[in-house]
Amino acid sequence: MSVQFNTQNILRRDVLALAGTGVVAVSSIGLFAGDAMADPAAVAKAIKDRIGGKKSMAGNITLELPQIAENGNTVPIAVEVESPMSSSDYVKAVHIYAEGNPAPDVATFRFTPDSGRARVSTRMRMIKSQNIVAVAEMSNGKVHMVKNAVKVTIGGCGG
Amino acid sequence: MAKARVKAPKSVKKGEVFEVKTLISHKMETGLRKNKKTGKKIPRKIINKFSVTYGGKEVFGSDWHPAVSANPYVSFFVKASASGPMKFQWTEDSGAVTEKTVNIKVT
Repeated sequence: MSVQFNTQNILRRDVLALAGTGVVAVSSIGLFAGDAMADPAAVAKAIKDRIGGKKSMAGNITLELPQIAENGNTVPIAVEVESPMSSSDYVKAVHIYAEGNPAPDVATFRFTPDSGRARVSTRMRMIKSQNIVAVAEMSNGKVHMVKNAVKVTIGGCGG
Repeated sequence: MAKARVKAPKSVKKGEVFEVKTLISHKMETGLRKNKKTGKKIPRKIINKFSVTYGGKEVFGSDWHPAVSANPYVSFFVKASASGPMKFQWTEDSGAVTEKTVNIKVT
């Protein structure tokens, strides 16, 4: 598989350095020079646009991600929401957002009572270490949210 | 457009919740990469929509953005109601649709 997000060594070094020091900011060199990047504020705005003024709650939602992702091109991610998935009480949708990618949106998954279980697994791209946010919209209007941090060591050896 | 694969159980008991795994070969070109020789951006071309119907009703739907990895993999769950076709549809930015159908046998 070809490298989709970046192959430039300069950015790779950056990411490795960042993973080591835990610094969150990243310089805008590399492939995305001049491009806008998402940040926590952009994700917060995307979520607000999606759910309106509703308040989100913690709990009932689990985000499964590796703590350290060696290859940012394909990071496994799974979201599970606790719900009876009955016709009167089910999970309508799960939205995934990335705080450090070029754009905040990752994907939206829609469920129905016929889903039986509100769980979805996929693979996503991460350009650098960042927080991933999952938001679940329930049929009763409630919103649940969870946030996990992932360290990305593109092409590294898990250091 | 692309080669798609679906893995679902051959037969399930009525009321059982079973997992369906899907995979499609696609580059998912983000629109942010540059051609190294010309310096020009490679235009975006991704699958932006994936939906699944079972018994004529949508049981799983999704909207994808460029942050979804190349060769997108998705697995999800469905509750067995009645025997019938489960239809999968992947829609690309260009409007091209890849379809696949598997028959679910409910006992």
